[in-house]
Amino acid sequence: MAKPMDQITWQELQVGAVVVEIGNSTQYETGSWRSERPVVEKEKCIKCMFCWLYCPEGCIHEAAEGHFEADLTYCKGCGICAAECPAKCITMISEEK
Amino acid sequence: MGKVRKGVEVSIAIADAVAQADVDVIAAYPITPQTHIVEHLSEIVADGELDAEYVPVDSEHSAMSVCCGSAAVGARTFTSTSSQGLALMSEIFFIAAAMRLPMVMALANRSLSSPLSIWNDHSDVMMVRDAGWICIFVENGQETYDNIFCAFRMSEDPEVMLPVAVNLDGFILTHMIEPVEYEDDDLIRRYLPEFKMKNALHPDHPVSMGCFGMPEIYTEAQMNREMGVRNSYPHIVKAWEEWGRLTGRHYRPVETYRTDDAEYCIVTMGSYGETAMEVVDALRAEGEKVGVVKIRLWRPFPLDEFRAAVLGKKHLIVVDRAITFGGQGGPVATELRSALYKRDGAPTIVNYVAGLAGRDVSRKDFRSIITEGRKKAEAGDTEGFTLYGLRG
Repeated sequence: MAKPMDQITWQELQVGAVVVEIGNSTQYETGSWRSERPVVEKEKCIKCMFCWLYCPEGCIHEAAEGHFEADLTYCKGCGICAAECPAKCITMISEEK
Repeated sequence: MGKVRKGVEVSIAIADAVAQADVDVIAAYPITPQTHIVEHLSEIVADGELDAEYVPVDSEHSAMSVCCGSAAVGARTFTSTSSQGLALMSEIFFIAAAMRLPMVMALANRSLSSPLSIWNDHSDVMMVRDAGWICIFVENGQETYDNIFCAFRMSEDPEVMLPVAVNLDGFILTHMIEPVEYEDDDLIRRYLPEFKMKNALHPDHPVSMGCFGMPEIYTEAQMNREMGVRNSYPHIVKAWEEWGRLTGRHYRPVETYRTDDAEYCIVTMGSYGETAMEVVDALRAEGEKVGVVKIRLWRPFPLDEFRAAVLGKKHLIVVDRAITFGGQGGPVATELRSALYKRDGAPTIVNYVAGLAGRDVSRKDFRSIITEGRKKAEAGDTEGFTLYGLRG
């Protein structure tokens, strides 16, 4: 999105509302939807990449220390990574302050 | 194929026209009274006379889904359905228009269940009236044949990019054997340029179609679509004018017959028009100043042409072929009343709904509709609608 979605006029949309800008979903920060966030116990991580594979948002990446972490800008807090982790090293923590 | 005049079933003429239009993909599921159209197309492809993919899908929902996929890659696409088939494909029917995917459908108009009926009325197309397809109505075999080409030309026009439904009355037209003048392949090639779709799906130029639309953008997307349908109007007219120039057969969004000095008119849409013209000829011979107004283009609605055709007349007798249950009249009459509301010189409208599920509406019936309708109009009895020929 060249412009934020709430500023685009009807004339600026492509015919059929086709999106021609490749990969612009990265500009849509879905992390604001989250009510719980995944917290990883690094030392328990066996680097199986199940979380990376299962994450529906595709927001999990390998961290510098070799374990896997979610990018909280996009993580919606669905908890699938925590449910699938065979080492049980991911805990969902409430975002409530 | 060279230019030739032949006696042919209208369904077969449609299939031949689709082949002459050199379509790339046909996806359809057979349903009465559309069956002969797709059966014949399947033969043409199987016999190697047309280099196209004929996809024998498992349902109409799948047919329209295949059509969306093929149009999205820029392939010339045709389908055909009727009644319950249209109901089943309706989910994707709306999406085809929203995603602005050019394709042509021959819609063999048939009543919706229940009671189960295979015969003709307009309840199927009225169900999807608001989908954003261009909707054309034809009256005879020649008009059907011609409008298949016109429909492709309109649909694929870069300034239009909308699916087009050519509406023809089931059985009354689909199963009629008529003389039809086929045009030369060269003429068709000149009339129908190669389809080039902007933003077509291609691995080298990725795009996303049919995306999720939050409340922040949905309204703008709908306005974009509304303007697309509205702005298609001059291009529809242009496609018909060009066809007229090449073939001598002319089409207009609203067509009139003996209306110049008419005091009142009968308004029809579809094959009714032919019967109405004959009855008007007979009534004219008896001194009645009556004419026929025929709605050829149903969507986008030709507001200005319609008003120009009828303002100054005393009365209109509108004959619908569908009911809008609990509404104020048939869909056509409701539209026309709205078009004329508070206009200077607006005629009063009397509405009949007739010919449901193929019940015959003969010349005799048209004569009574016109005579009765005129009396009603003069008595100011113009509310709601009358179900013509109803017992009890």
